[in-house]
Amino acid sequence: MSAQYTLYSRLGMVFAIGGLAWAALQTYILHSFGFEWYVAGMDSLVSVVPLAASCWLIDNNLRYYQPGKGSYLNLLIWCVVLACLSTLAIRWTLPFLNLGQAHRVFLLQSLTLRFFTSFLAIGWMAMISLIWYVQQDQKENEKRKAEAEQLARDAELYNLRQQLQPHFLFNSLNSINALIGFKPEEARKMIHQLSDFLRGTLKKDDQKQVPLSEELQHLNLYLDIEKVRFGHRLQTEISCDDHCNEAMLPPLLLQPIVENAIKFGLYDTTGQVTISIRAEIEDKYLVVMVQNPYDPQTARPHHGTGFGIRGIQRRLYLLFARNDLVETYLNDDIFTIMIKIPQV
Amino acid sequence: MKRVLIIDDEPLARMVVLEYLQNFSNEIQVLQECGDGFEGIKAIMQHQPDLIFLDVQMPKINGFEMLELVEHPPQVIFTTAFDEYAIKAFETHAVDYLLKPFSRERFNKAIEKYLAQAGHTPSPKPTEALLEAAAQSPAQHERIVVKTGTKVKIIPVHDIEYLAADDDYVSIFTPEGSFLKNKTMSFFEQTLDPRHFARVHRSYIVSISQITRIDPYEKDAHLAILKSGARIPVSKAGYVKLRQVLGI
Repeated sequence: MSAQYTLYSRLGMVFAIGGLAWAALQTYILHSFGFEWYVAGMDSLVSVVPLAASCWLIDNNLRYYQPGKGSYLNLLIWCVVLACLSTLAIRWTLPFLNLGQAHRVFLLQSLTLRFFTSFLAIGWMAMISLIWYVQQDQKENEKRKAEAEQLARDAELYNLRQQLQPHFLFNSLNSINALIGFKPEEARKMIHQLSDFLRGTLKKDDQKQVPLSEELQHLNLYLDIEKVRFGHRLQTEISCDDHCNEAMLPPLLLQPIVENAIKFGLYDTTGQVTISIRAEIEDKYLVVMVQNPYDPQTARPHHGTGFGIRGIQRRLYLLFARNDLVETYLNDDIFTIMIKIPQV
Repeated sequence: MKRVLIIDDEPLARMVVLEYLQNFSNEIQVLQECGDGFEGIKAIMQHQPDLIFLDVQMPKINGFEMLELVEHPPQVIFTTAFDEYAIKAFETHAVDYLLKPFSRERFNKAIEKYLAQAGHTPSPKPTEALLEAAAQSPAQHERIVVKTGTKVKIIPVHDIEYLAADDDYVSIFTPEGSFLKNKTMSFFEQTLDPRHFARVHRSYIVSISQITRIDPYEKDAHLAILKSGARIPVSKAGYVKLRQVLGI
């Protein structure tokens, strides 16, 4: 609101300065016709008042109402009418100032000229206002659109991140419940891991990328908890070059992928399950591969196109506007998902 | 003395049940712990327990599917973290369901409820109604679990060519052969997705994507020819239904 007020007060000042400049110019021109400075000045000051009023009127009108494409003719008529009115006003007010016979004759002779200059000035004002306000409106629209998009994106990303399964949380609490009985120290450790993990999922800002080392640290918390839950059945292999550690990626991108891998790995087979995670830098991409075993005979239908992977695809699309950053492969009994994160 | 099994894929989850059961060491004896549904089936057949503690989400086959494969299912107390279907199904039919993590008090209540019931009704109530309810869980729409001899076979629904009534059983025909399941035709008619399966005859349900041709056959009747070459009789009512689904 205050920004708008300052904008309008600035506009008023520009208006006043413009009016005075116009009057000064007219004074100079009249003086060059041979009138005294006083006569020229009075004429100019009086005639600039209806002109300024017309300009203000047309500007004000356009501020709140922009004519559609078909009504530009209306605007033109308005300009003509306003020019007529201001010329008439000058015609009937100036004689009262008794500026002399010569001036009176000049006034009548110059009425047509005065009309056209007024018309041009008002028309010019109308044009400037029109362009200015249309642009202003457009800017606002764009801003609103951008804001709406941002909001929608935030909400969507938030939703995609909310894939943390209640299953995981409740089952972890159940494991803690078991540990409390006979391994209280381990129970305590698991509570801390779980808290750190949950805190890590909450505070992340989606727009800010994080280094891979940080993401892996978070992932390790998750894996440690899952290992307590599933005992010897779950093994993990993480390999990551040293220079990969500084590679940047959107926060919490890997966790749902690994969660998916664990879910399918552990629930599709009955033996020991090894989840492997490998990170490499290739060209200008950070490439992360996650593999899990699965049983091609009994794999649930739609495996690999489940919400987990679709969610990741959507998220990468929202962040990078690209659809080719996620690839999945099925061979023999290993399911591989590969994601590429562009590095800048 | 009641004999029980604990079936859960998470060792610590089994540990909680074991620990809580120590209070009932005079009434309840734990026979075995099982880490998945297959072990569960084997142990149930071997021991014929009175009661099982059963998790729903387990490797390969879930708790419902395991129960389906057991001929005389024992009484069940479900222990599950979060499963809206389980809750829906077992609010009415199971002895009890325990939401993980559960307290000792809650657990004791479940056991006392079971012991009280067992005192009144010596033969355990059949778990049929419970299974009917469990059939609404989404896994049931995606695959069918059958037993062939001692082996468990998981048939993804999209592998099914057709189903045929076979006395008290239903034969499920797939490219790998046919499998028997002790369910009724109307059970499958209700659970299979009507967009992909149609009951074209009193004794046949056919996968629509498998049909290559429909030929007229005798008066009012038709024959559906499947990709595999199988010829499935289509009744008058079945033909009307098929035309509806196929939009012809």
